[in-house]
Amino acid sequence: MAFLDGLLPAYYESIIITVGIYIILALGLNLITGVTGQLSLGHAAYMCIGAYTSAIVSMKLGLPFIVALLCAGIVAAIFGIFIGFPVLRLTGDYLAICTLGFGEILKSILFNMPYVGGAMGMAGIPPKTTLLNTIIIALIVIIVMVRMERSRFGRSLVAIREDEIAAECMGINAFRYKLQMFAIGTFTAGLGGALWAHKIMVLQPRDFGFMKSIEILNMVVLGGLGSIPGTILGATLLTAIPEILRFSSEYRMVIYGALLVIMMIFRPHGLMGNTDFNKLAKRTFRVFNTNNNKDKKSGMEG
Amino acid sequence: MLNIENIDVNYGAIRALVQVSLEVNEGEIVALIGANGAGKSTTLRSISGLVKPQSGKIIFEGKEIHNFPPHKVVEIGISQVPEGRRVFPLMTVLENLELGAFSRKDRAGIKEDINNIFLRFPRLEERKQQPAGTLSGGEQQMLAIGRALMSRPKLLLMDEPSMGLAPMLVQEIFNIVKEINQTGTTILLVEQNARMALSIANRAYVLETGSLAMSGSAKELAENEEVQKAYLGH
Repeated sequence: MAFLDGLLPAYYESIIITVGIYIILALGLNLITGVTGQLSLGHAAYMCIGAYTSAIVSMKLGLPFIVALLCAGIVAAIFGIFIGFPVLRLTGDYLAICTLGFGEILKSILFNMPYVGGAMGMAGIPPKTTLLNTIIIALIVIIVMVRMERSRFGRSLVAIREDEIAAECMGINAFRYKLQMFAIGTFTAGLGGALWAHKIMVLQPRDFGFMKSIEILNMVVLGGLGSIPGTILGATLLTAIPEILRFSSEYRMVIYGALLVIMMIFRPHGLMGNTDFNKLAKRTFRVFNTNNNKDKKSGMEG
Repeated sequence: MLNIENIDVNYGAIRALVQVSLEVNEGEIVALIGANGAGKSTTLRSISGLVKPQSGKIIFEGKEIHNFPPHKVVEIGISQVPEGRRVFPLMTVLENLELGAFSRKDRAGIKEDINNIFLRFPRLEERKQQPAGTLSGGEQQMLAIGRALMSRPKLLLMDEPSMGLAPMLVQEIFNIVKEINQTGTTILLVEQNARMALSIANRAYVLETGSLAMSGSAKELAENEEVQKAYLGH
């Protein structure tokens, strides 16, 4: 299992793991906000639930990492359903405010829970997140998301985003589908949180505030709402850019912010808005084909 | 086939429908006419489950359906061409039609029905890979009708199919409505264009500020003096 360990310098390995975790988190939010169009400003809250759950399971109960991962996803999804049940009846701004509120409430509860260390947080979580298991989980999440996008379920979600009333008139049970979708999205957030906890090894409630939710949302928006390859690209860039900009020390976040603004002016639909893996493959294939044809032509001329 | 018995619908303090009753028999085209805000669309929305009547009954083929959610109403054979068309703008024409068949599982039948719709609306076939949002108003209306037919409804509810269309297209749409009816689909048609609606309907109801003002055969109503004055502009 450990053959990837030590293959890369620790610094790069750490960045790649972080990218992987953010890809997982961003794909969950992409399902909720990008594909189904339900603006959630509380994605970090489900990440937080996953992180704390997994920490409790592996530290306090001493169970293996895989169990901690699954528990993290399941508990996050249960909270997702619990919150989604009243909240998903709302739309647009109202939904956004409710999800935001839940994130803040969760933070205050954790601050005042001695069992998980309150404001001091939990320390001493075993470092179980490796390059290999992050990559495997990220791949599984990507594959599941791509398959789901092409399924009947995925198409219903897009229909709900485009016009919820029309979708209901087609016979789609919009509320049930939204709830299922929310459970899957929050499950993914829980997984991401668990990986995060076992990488950072210290959890503090303030790490999972509003800004974390916005950071994940940024990745989805930058990549292109609803586009899986876009979300992956967004998560990668927004994790890598602050690292690349490290040389500029205190101006780092200024440049980062400016890049985001410029980006939104020139590509308002995100880097890969409306692009799925199908289109991406087709486009690559077309480029490849035309190149081939050119070769043939030039060959004939020669 | 469809019986509405004394339904009341309130939006908060506003009474949208007061004791409305109407009946649609199998094979008919029934028109529901009236001015803006008379409650025509609300009547359709309460049949399709988008609003719940506070009292009264809606019975379809012997079943009480006024508590059904919209997706269940589709399953029992009622489908709707919603007001303002409401096609899925970013999806292609073909995807829109496929979603119309959401409640069905028979792939062969769905394919056959898509072909039939393309036969009826050749323009849609030419544009089947185009996003629905890029179609013209008339084409979108055709798509909305085609999409509603994809669930093989026994009863088709149409909400203002002529809205915002050029006069020539209005005639075309009404011809299509008539054709659909001749192939065996019962139609309940809500229209502001009373003249057109009465010209193709068998029977009609006139709604005024939330309650029924008149009803009768389309011919009778078209000749009625009050109707002529209020809705036909004589």
